[in-house]
Amino acid sequence: MTETMSLGKAINAGLRKALDRDPKVILMGEDIGKLGGVFRITDGLQKDFGEDRVIDTPLAESGIVGTAVGLAMRGYRPVCEIQFDGFVYPAYDQIVSQVAKIHFRSQGRVRLPIVIRIPFGGGIGAVEHHSESPEAYFAHTAGLKVVACATAGDAYWMIQQAIASDDPVIFFEPKRRYWDKGEVDLDSSLSEAYPLHASRVVRPGTDATVLAYGPMVRTALDAAAAAAEEGRSLEVIDLRSLSPLDLDPVYGSVRRTGRCVVVHEAPGNLGLGAEIAARVTEECFYSLEAPVLRVAGFDTPYPPARLEEAYLPDLDRVLDAVDRTFGW
Amino acid sequence: MAKGAPPTELVQLLTPDGDRIERAYDSSGTEYSIDLTDDEYRGLYRDLVVVRRLDAEGTALQRQGELGIWASLLGQEAAQIGSGRALRPQDMAFPTYREHGVLYCRGIDPIMPFGLFRGVDHGAWDPAELRCSMYTIVIGAQTLHATGYAMGIAKDGKVGSDDGEAVIAYLGDGATSQGDVSEAFVWSSVFHAPVVFFCQNNQYAISEPIERQTRVPLYQRSAGFGFPGVRVDGNDVLATYAVTRTALDNARHGQGPTFIEAYTYRMGAHTTNDDPSRYRIASEVEAWQAKDPIARMRAFLTKQQLADDDFFAEVEDEAKQVALRLRERVLAMPDPDPLQIFDHVYPHGSPELDAQRDQYAKYLDSFEGSLR
Repeated sequence: MTETMSLGKAINAGLRKALDRDPKVILMGEDIGKLGGVFRITDGLQKDFGEDRVIDTPLAESGIVGTAVGLAMRGYRPVCEIQFDGFVYPAYDQIVSQVAKIHFRSQGRVRLPIVIRIPFGGGIGAVEHHSESPEAYFAHTAGLKVVACATAGDAYWMIQQAIASDDPVIFFEPKRRYWDKGEVDLDSSLSEAYPLHASRVVRPGTDATVLAYGPMVRTALDAAAAAAEEGRSLEVIDLRSLSPLDLDPVYGSVRRTGRCVVVHEAPGNLGLGAEIAARVTEECFYSLEAPVLRVAGFDTPYPPARLEEAYLPDLDRVLDAVDRTFGW
Repeated sequence: MAKGAPPTELVQLLTPDGDRIERAYDSSGTEYSIDLTDDEYRGLYRDLVVVRRLDAEGTALQRQGELGIWASLLGQEAAQIGSGRALRPQDMAFPTYREHGVLYCRGIDPIMPFGLFRGVDHGAWDPAELRCSMYTIVIGAQTLHATGYAMGIAKDGKVGSDDGEAVIAYLGDGATSQGDVSEAFVWSSVFHAPVVFFCQNNQYAISEPIERQTRVPLYQRSAGFGFPGVRVDGNDVLATYAVTRTALDNARHGQGPTFIEAYTYRMGAHTTNDDPSRYRIASEVEAWQAKDPIARMRAFLTKQQLADDDFFAEVEDEAKQVALRLRERVLAMPDPDPLQIFDHVYPHGSPELDAQRDQYAKYLDSFEGSLR
């Protein structure tokens, strides 16, 4: 059975399934209880699962993650909500120095199955600190897994897979796509659903390969649709997993197309695109007709909302980059 | 207040001269007393002497180039043995990186922390099995882990009886300035978590004196967070034991957290890399020398005729033997295989790291006479 629902509702439904499936799953975060979260992602869950499992926490991000570590050591599977991307930094030390390293420190004796959900990215006209894309900080850190969902269908299963995972998972949610609707396959299972750490070709094409994740997947698909009208066939790959990266499908694609463009909202400097460009160059050197190009946020702090349209990669900037790969 | 002159609100059951105080009261009027068997008194003395000797071996091994660094507990033996012996088997400890005495009380092989200080591992052991989390180096981070763990105990319904579980989180005076510690205080208070924060105020955070961390006595901090704070003479193993036992029992019975400030002094350096002569004067150290935790326990045992010279000689000899065995084992610790770098990054492995490991192994093997 499939159901049409928004991406936000799909995460809500996925969280509900996880809470149902495993009594050790608990949700922690600011305003996630009665209010249901500022984006209503946890709407109704405290009512149904109780204050002991859906916990309104004090307003302290390091506290949320640091206590989640202790709860995980006690056998719980905490799912932490960070209210906005720009608020994760108070928890950064706990995430990088503890969550990521305790398994290694213990030589495998301690597992920390913690999920840290972070709504990320811009496009909603918000004030400072509410539109950032901090994924590279976490993808750079060994010991963490990092994923980003782009569609309702993926969000529903990916959040459940992340919670079932024995790894700590940083789970990025494209906040401006929370209201995008899509088909959700409710009949699959954790093991049958598309794997958490696999990329996926979401539009086949032959002329150039466009890579994106999170909120930029729709942008890339829109660009591919526009390019098709001009007779150019773009293959779009949703990376889905940012650490580890699943680039084998990318290499296969680039070997066919010879051209590769990576799109993300985060600043280009040392972003995911830089790593991907390096790896694609290593693996596909003799297939490339042009350097791997990046379409990214500028190397500036995120601008005020009235300027975010200028900052954010859009359809035209993606197509411009694709054009440049043909001009090489 | 001048260092060397403990405040009147200090809970003390054994004076620096080794005289027993029958009852002591903290600033809120809670009474503390202790009634141990003769064997138990002697046992505490034995613990103090053995951990001081083990610690001295750590310092010696570092000086001889066998450890990268050592964080000495010298002077803090009573704080660690008193609190460590107050723990019950079901309790859980979250140490910093200086709690060698607490590990000893938990029955943990004294070799365990030496892996970390020798650099052959990061201090790996199984917290669930040993009821003691691993050493945590980032200052204060473990107080949140302890609080979360204690919240889990409450969720599991393991509070409210004599069999209840409690958590002890160790921290130092410097850590009280960390945001994580304040957050741990907020969380433990709000969620009524069965956790005891045991702060060894050894007067210095490396070189910075306590006055650089606080304008109020530390034990008063917890009042603002909504739970009791007690200052105990941290060089008095009996008072430390009594105060910690009461706080742990309160926690296990569902009465929430307690903050204990064990007022003590770091007689040695912060670590073997430190030079305390740059920031403190000899007379201050001498004043604390007169309050030595072992000397006062020895005076007590002597005055009460609980031990004689034979006993003291026997304990010295035992401590020496324990240290010798430890030394031999530390020297025999093998260097890890370089390829262990890639182990245990993720619970179920990683194809990418497997590839890096294979590549690095081939590179190493490419050298003539490679020992791998």
